[in-house]
Amino acid sequence: MGVDNPLGDNVITTSLDLLVNWSRKSSIWPMTFGLACCAIEMMATGASHNDLDRFGIIFRASPRQSDCIIIAGTVTKKMLPVILTVYEQMPEPKWVIAMGACACSGGVFDTYSVVQGIDEALPVDVYIPGCPPRPEALLFGLLKLQDKIMKERNSFGNAIGLGERYIPEAA
Amino acid sequence: MATTETMTLNMGPQHPSTHGVLRLVLELDGEVIVKVTPHIGFLHRGVEKLSEHRTYHQILPLTDRLDYLAPMSNNLGYILTVEKLIAVEVPERAETIRIIMAELTRLESHLVWIACHALDIGAMTVFIYAFRERETVMEIYELISGARMTSNFFRVGGLSQDVPDEFVKKVSDFIDVMPGYLDQYEGLLTTNPIWLKRTVGNGVISAEDAIDIGLTGPALRGSGVDWDLRRDNPYSGYDKYQFKVPVGENCDTFDRYKVRLVEMREACKIVRQGLDRLKPGPVLADCPQVCYPPKESVYNSIEGLIHHFKIASEGFAAPEGEVYHGVEAPKGELGFYIVSDGGNKPERLRIRPPSFVNLQAIEQMSLGSMIADLVAVIGTLDIVLGEIDR
Repeated sequence: MGVDNPLGDNVITTSLDLLVNWSRKSSIWPMTFGLACCAIEMMATGASHNDLDRFGIIFRASPRQSDCIIIAGTVTKKMLPVILTVYEQMPEPKWVIAMGACACSGGVFDTYSVVQGIDEALPVDVYIPGCPPRPEALLFGLLKLQDKIMKERNSFGNAIGLGERYIPEAA
Repeated sequence: MATTETMTLNMGPQHPSTHGVLRLVLELDGEVIVKVTPHIGFLHRGVEKLSEHRTYHQILPLTDRLDYLAPMSNNLGYILTVEKLIAVEVPERAETIRIIMAELTRLESHLVWIACHALDIGAMTVFIYAFRERETVMEIYELISGARMTSNFFRVGGLSQDVPDEFVKKVSDFIDVMPGYLDQYEGLLTTNPIWLKRTVGNGVISAEDAIDIGLTGPALRGSGVDWDLRRDNPYSGYDKYQFKVPVGENCDTFDRYKVRLVEMREACKIVRQGLDRLKPGPVLADCPQVCYPPKESVYNSIEGLIHHFKIASEGFAAPEGEVYHGVEAPKGELGFYIVSDGGNKPERLRIRPPSFVNLQAIEQMSLGSMIADLVAVIGTLDIVLGEIDR
């Protein structure tokens, strides 16, 4: 696990990073924040058939308690400031998942009122296509986010105030 | 002299129990609600405007995304309006499958309603149970249309394709077990003292007020008004089916809960009757100006390919005129109003969403009650922001 290059990197720092990453990826707490159709599939993913709890993913109603926001649905220009406020209220580290065609690119709604993709305003980590994506697709996206979290470096250093988290180019 | 002032409290649009992105501005006297002002438009996607630039076939996928808990009902409402405009005769098999799917959709919508309503009030188990059954309905959706939620299955003049052979067995198995599951929900809720305390006497609206506001669907029937478009203004051959229309007495949240549960049982019966009536036959009207050609002819003949291309790119011209048609969607009367100038696109498409009208009752239902009761009122109105904001 991560110790493939013991002579190059500092072994202890790497291990602490892995420990921090592992605990973060094992307890992704997304916001209960449904916007439109995708929210129903998000609920279906959390319910009995697919059961997100298996992965330590528990929906939280408050942004202060969550570290992942799933943009599940169409983002309108009226809604965007609210999403930004909610995002700013989330403590670091935080991740963004764009769920569905609308959140990725505006989808079929190329109109005056719809933001053409949430990546115009937020840094998106994982895009999940589909209209709406199946629960399996959302699960796959969340697993991809877990992989991404595991690749982060200096997550321990960042937690104690030294430098930024980053993902190495080669990873 | 001491004076009391009301407090203004914002609720939403990010709130777990506003069923999406509804924003309510509350005026409170202590914990008692003095005034409720709903703010909507957070999900305004411009569906009506978008429809003016699309052919009649191309509008259909947009209707899926209005009330996303009941896509087939939306499809049905729109399709029937267009068919009324251009006067197409739909084959019997297509009509029967439409009714089966519309009733399964009613089941699905009510399942999500009971799941969220109970979850909002604090009964977690019902949520887990109801989503288990919803999964079966979604499998049936997927079986016939390939999509779980946004099915886009109906077409002007019939259906996009015939249902596969295993459809009848799958639906039949589901409606055999469904009443048992409904008993389970009732066992969890109907006599549950907490549920009764939260719902009995909550959100009362009298029959006269309900009619004045324009409530439809279970919200109207819960207030004791016996009105159901399926029976009183039959469409798609609903007049050939036997079903009861449940009506409440006490006009409160508990009665609306009971009305919806009986509706689910009746929906199972309608689906059963539909399966019994299902006879082999065509599922698309013989009307080449309007309907897509069968896939075999598109793939194997140049005439079929040209025909398909014409319908897909140009659509069809509808006669000049105005037409309205309403269907009994799970949430109430869903109406589409089309103004046609004789072209292949509607001049104007207006949607009459049940949730939009039902939401108006929120103030009357919650005045004088506690904030916590407002959550129950939102749940019992069963609103979907997709069709409120459109």
